Amino acid sequence: MKENKFVIKQISVFSENKPGRLAAIARALQEEKINIMAFSIAEADGFGVVRALVDKPKKAHEKLGKLGFNVAFTDVIAVQMKDEPGGLYETARILGEGQINIEYAYAYSGKEAAVLILRVDNVEAAIAAIQKGGGTLIESSLFQ
Amino acid sequence: MRAWDPRIEEMPKADLAAMQYRLLKTLVYRLYSFSPFFHRRMEESRVHPDDIRSLEDIRKLPFMYKRDLRDNYPDGLFVCTQDDLVRYHVSSGTTGKPTVVGYTERDLENWTASLARGLVSCGLGRGDVIQVSYGYGLFTGGLGLHYGAERIGATVLPTSVGNTERQIELMQDLKATAIACTPSYLLHMGEVAEKMGVSIKDDTLLKVGILGAEPWSEKMRQRIQEWLGIRAYDIYGTSELSGPMFCECTEQKGFHVWGDLAYVEILDPETLEPLPAGERGEMVITMLQKEALPMVRYRIGDISAIDDSVCACGRTHPRVQRITGRVDDMLIIRGINVFPSQIEYALMSIPEVGQHFQIIVDRKGALDDMLVQVEVKKEAFSDKITDLMSIRKKVEHKLKNILNVAVNVELVEPGSLPRFEGKAKRVIDRRKI
Repeated sequence: MKENKFVIKQISVFSENKPGRLAAIARALQEEKINIMAFSIAEADGFGVVRALVDKPKKAHEKLGKLGFNVAFTDVIAVQMKDEPGGLYETARILGEGQINIEYAYAYSGKEAAVLILRVDNVEAAIAAIQKGGGTLIESSLFQ
Repeated sequence: MRAWDPRIEEMPKADLAAMQYRLLKTLVYRLYSFSPFFHRRMEESRVHPDDIRSLEDIRKLPFMYKRDLRDNYPDGLFVCTQDDLVRYHVSSGTTGKPTVVGYTERDLENWTASLARGLVSCGLGRGDVIQVSYGYGLFTGGLGLHYGAERIGATVLPTSVGNTERQIELMQDLKATAIACTPSYLLHMGEVAEKMGVSIKDDTLLKVGILGAEPWSEKMRQRIQEWLGIRAYDIYGTSELSGPMFCECTEQKGFHVWGDLAYVEILDPETLEPLPAGERGEMVITMLQKEALPMVRYRIGDISAIDDSVCACGRTHPRVQRITGRVDDMLIIRGINVFPSQIEYALMSIPEVGQHFQIIVDRKGALDDMLVQVEVKKEAFSDKITDLMSIRKKVEHKLKNILNVAVNVELVEPGSLPRFEGKAKRVIDRRKI
């Protein structure tokens, strides 16, 4: 599979659910002057996964790995939404009609537009569906 | 070399039994005459040395317990004066007072001979470099193995415990062919070596591990052997027996208990009746030749089984299977007996989690609650919570199957559980009963 310009490398970090773990991750990124564009924490019983879009994913992976964290790259896509009522509906509708399942998502509302970050079961199909449905994907180069 | 002392090690069984009876008879007369403690105990049990007329009559003798050593701290059980002692060792008391053991010159000689036989039986000898990574000092492990290894003409590298990176450098530079340490410390060394970019399997000459001082499992042996490219042998002993004493031979079918030095019984822990060979029960040991601190029918608290058939290696002395639990380390969770070794065994079969674990027992309301913390391996880490939850479920399911009691599992970060350089202390019991 050739590198798709819309596929973004998200870093995912396993973290115990206890005080100070996020700080340890964030500090490591600060030390490497890595900027976090978007992030979320998913929590389960006793542990969580910190997911982040950063400007230097390789460097972040290396640094956190060296500190003993369990780190993985995950392919996600980012969709630009209108920052107005119905913006999310438009994107979600396209994916639903394209039979694309969303595994998880998180969003942020920026100056220009709102952005939805998605992990889907089939990245290629999702990209095709969004393009066909008239949605706007954000290229990975904009983040990284 | 076939055996260190073939005359003893390959002695016909009948001769060995006759020798044991003679030694027992002598021991009992000696203790009855010279040890106020044994004299009193025998009177209380209404047994006289004349009542010992066969090896089986050992059952008439009273038991000894760890608390007897503590109650008679420091040297109340010694059957010699201090002039005759050439060494002390002291075991750390996990509860209350420590226990002191003493050795005459002959006691040290027998201890060393026992280890010399064991080391030769697992293929070591002159030309080998044996790294002794057991603690030196009051603990018996370091000095015991040290003298045993010197006796067979091997070169000793007395690294003791700690400073793991230096240990790995020395292992490479001085071409160690064998290491004696706890199995958990060897695993720790393997991990540290990998971080240093050293593969013990490919970058060292290590071929043998003499591992003991804590219970470990057959699965752990397989893992150590495959990962580190060595043969791993179980060694058994406690300070009351002298120290590490009995080692497996190349057959790896349990450690040979030298019959001229010790007599082993396996008893049903409830009825205290002897169990047939092969059945698991409480191990009771009598040291037949110890001078300074005799141990008779010592209820050491370890659970195992015995195989009294002649070993394929030609040695006639009985083999005791690896220790599968301790009577006193045993946890009782909601009325069910749980041994930490069972948990270790269960975890070894789950590739997604590491080999280190910690057990935390607490009481929630009226119920015991057992939490097992395990490390998720890097290769098994998934960004998806559902994948991680299913690893947890898998571990919980496996543990429940093996232990017959429901267990909560917590996934923790790799490297976050404590590593042990001496005896692993894997159970935190917070129950206040």
